[in-house]
Amino acid sequence: MASLVSDTEPPTYLNSSPTDLVRRKKRQSASSSAASSRRNNAASATAGDGDSHAPWRSEKQQRSYSANLIQALQQVRLSSSAAETPYPTAQKRGKAFREAADRALAVSARGRTLWSRAILFNRFKLKFRKQKRPRPAAIPAVITRGSSSSSSGRGTKKRRVTVVKLNKKSIPTVNRKVRVLGRLVPGCKKESVPVILEEATDYIQALEMQVRAMKSLAELLSGSGSGSAPPPI
Amino acid sequence: MSSRRSRSSRQTGASMISEDQINDLVLQLHRLLPELGNNHRRSGKVSASKVLQETCTYIRNLNKEVDDLSERLSQLLESTDSAQAALIRSLLM
Repeated sequence: MASLVSDTEPPTYLNSSPTDLVRRKKRQSASSSAASSRRNNAASATAGDGDSHAPWRSEKQQRSYSANLIQALQQVRLSSSAAETPYPTAQKRGKAFREAADRALAVSARGRTLWSRAILFNRFKLKFRKQKRPRPAAIPAVITRGSSSSSSGRGTKKRRVTVVKLNKKSIPTVNRKVRVLGRLVPGCKKESVPVILEEATDYIQALEMQVRAMKSLAELLSGSGSGSAPPPI
Repeated sequence: MSSRRSRSSRQTGASMISEDQINDLVLQLHRLLPELGNNHRRSGKVSASKVLQETCTYIRNLNKEVDDLSERLSQLLESTDSAQAALIRSLLM
């Protein structure tokens, strides 16, 4: 079970960290995320059907994403402080932040999906269509925040459902909604229906991982900012 | 997964997409969605348009959540200084 594995993952990270600071940080993050993963452990699902969605929940993916994210954030921070005037409004800062996070997310996708390519290429204003080659990303082989976002939130067991047969009346409706969905996912405005659906499934999982990572990062930052002593393990 | 019977539907001209494929994809999508009101559904059937509607809503919510989180994080990063920044930087080294 992925969630059970995540509980035992943290100790291995503790052994591999080089500095004391990093070790303390990981213990904090491990304890905070272990508490949340314990909550979800109670209803751990049968992971049989979810194997195709495993890539976005694997530790490796999360680690690489969090490494990219932190690096991107550092760049945003450095660039904003190096400029003569810092961003006047919080919104602009937040927007730059979001873009950096999205780029880190897209890089973690290794260029296999349409939306990730769209995010990366939009940055350079290139209009590539079916570019198969993924963008070479300098992913540093570094130690990350450890088990920051290891809890799998999909613990609930879903009953088997089947989709109502599409009849003549519902096809245009479904088409319309798929078009709307295509506008939400970056880079899928003009794709065909199954492509949009597939991209949407991947995009949702990536977004969920992004939310988890940023939440734990925010907790970490605000926790270490307010409290002085690390919480008991 | 169900067998992929290549029964082409009338709706598209560019590529032969079978209804089964679309149903499979919609089912996949439905599995990802958070089960808010689906527990009360007695029958095991969901309508595709409903799934798509919920998907759109869910993506919008996720986007909004990411925006809020990124704003909060950017504020946190701005306000925290030397100690935490050194901490974060040490995580990268």
